[in-house]
Amino acid sequence: MSELIVENVSKSYDGRKIIKNISLTLHEGELVSILGVSGGGKTTLFNVISGLTEPDEGRVFLDGEDITGKPGRISYMLQKDLLLPYRTVEDNVALPLLLRGEKKKAAREQVRPYFEEFGLEGTQKQYPAQLSGGMRQRAALMRTYMFSQNVALLDEPFSALDTITKSSMHGWYLNIMEKIRMSTLFITHDIDEAILLSDRICLLTGRPGEITEEIVIREPKPRRKDFNLTEEFLNYKREILAALDR
Amino acid sequence: MRKRLQNITSAINTLAALAALLILWQIVCVMGIVPGFMLPSPVQVARAFAGDFPLLMSHLRVTLTEAFAGLFCGVAFGFVMAVLMDRFDRLYKAFYPLVVLTQTVPAVAVAPLLVLWFGYEMMPKIILIVITTFFPVTVGVLTGLRSADRDTMNLLRSMGAGSFQIFRYVKLPGAMGQFFSSLRISAAYSVVGAVISEWLGGFNGLGVYMTRVKQAFAFDKMFAVIFLISVISLLLMKLVDFIQKKCMPWEDAHES
Repeated sequence: MSELIVENVSKSYDGRKIIKNISLTLHEGELVSILGVSGGGKTTLFNVISGLTEPDEGRVFLDGEDITGKPGRISYMLQKDLLLPYRTVEDNVALPLLLRGEKKKAAREQVRPYFEEFGLEGTQKQYPAQLSGGMRQRAALMRTYMFSQNVALLDEPFSALDTITKSSMHGWYLNIMEKIRMSTLFITHDIDEAILLSDRICLLTGRPGEITEEIVIREPKPRRKDFNLTEEFLNYKREILAALDR
Repeated sequence: MRKRLQNITSAINTLAALAALLILWQIVCVMGIVPGFMLPSPVQVARAFAGDFPLLMSHLRVTLTEAFAGLFCGVAFGFVMAVLMDRFDRLYKAFYPLVVLTQTVPAVAVAPLLVLWFGYEMMPKIILIVITTFFPVTVGVLTGLRSADRDTMNLLRSMGAGSFQIFRYVKLPGAMGQFFSSLRISAAYSVVGAVISEWLGGFNGLGVYMTRVKQAFAFDKMFAVIFLISVISLLLMKLVDFIQKKCMPWEDAHES
């Protein structure tokens, strides 16, 4: 059981309020998107949730435990893969285990079975520079998963990829999420991506950023391949665009 | 494959230029454009080198011992300095200007003092080499450590990494490239430093050999020992390259 609760979080930098009264709940196995413009405070919110920065007000709870300002409980994945260039893919994804104090050999042993699941079979001994952008993001997600099987924060993980790679990554992502059921908070500024992947979408708007609306995507998972070409999809998109206009 | 081919062609070009230069030099000497006692021909230099080979090798052994001992201590010292200055900002502010200051004092000026204080044996030579070799390593490693990516460090922190783990997994490996660049410079400095300190006082070593043949106006032997010193420096730098390749295998990894 793992449930992330963010309660009334506010944060200012240099006297300017970036986010205001943010509350949200992430249930087990759920994917919730935070949709908003770049520079709207999404990353600040992530830093608060991951414990890297203390909020001015509000708390963050994971499974009932107060983890406000405590790094080391929830990890994240960014647009940049941040794989260490001098470690092989295998040793990169095993890094969270090494940081926890596991021996190198045991850590490699533990990550091995997941390579196939993440579509990274055969890359174990390669260096990140030898992988394509899409493969590197897969490895970055796998590393996040090795850190915690429960909750992950993804900050525009696919936005640096070209449209074609991005679309194939979406397919891969939906597929893997069916298998690993990781509760995920997903930051994006891409409306289509949000509708395609999410169970719920929170709109983060205004300055300071506030969650002004929550939209539930009722399309069951696993989603049809052509979901983004359907009338329902377009209706969701209309609804979101209208809400953003307000 | 293509890269290897490029390496070979560039080596061929260098060798050709070198050969042309040697031939030109030989012609200048044979035709008597420069008097023979002032500029020995390459052939004469080679003969001098072969004739004094055993003697040169025994001096070389002393010089290399000094160079390696000094280089080792200098690099170790420089490395520790860099790590400490990166870790403690106070130390950085206090010592960095002093470290720079040590480099404004010319080695040739300090060497006689070191001889007076520590005698004609190995000690003053090693100290001089330490002074000249620690600096590139300190500056290089410090730059490497300080340029560690902030996002990567934050990510590791979010995974619960402490500052030692961040040093070990992010900062230190990230500074390796800079470290080896500095080491290459320091390796060359170490031989030159050893020779300079031997000039100013000592019983053995290539520097001592150099002063002796200079006093005898044996220009051919002078050239022979200069040649030997530069070859040794070059080999040392190549050795550093080789070690770097072995230690940083990811440098050669590219998307296929």
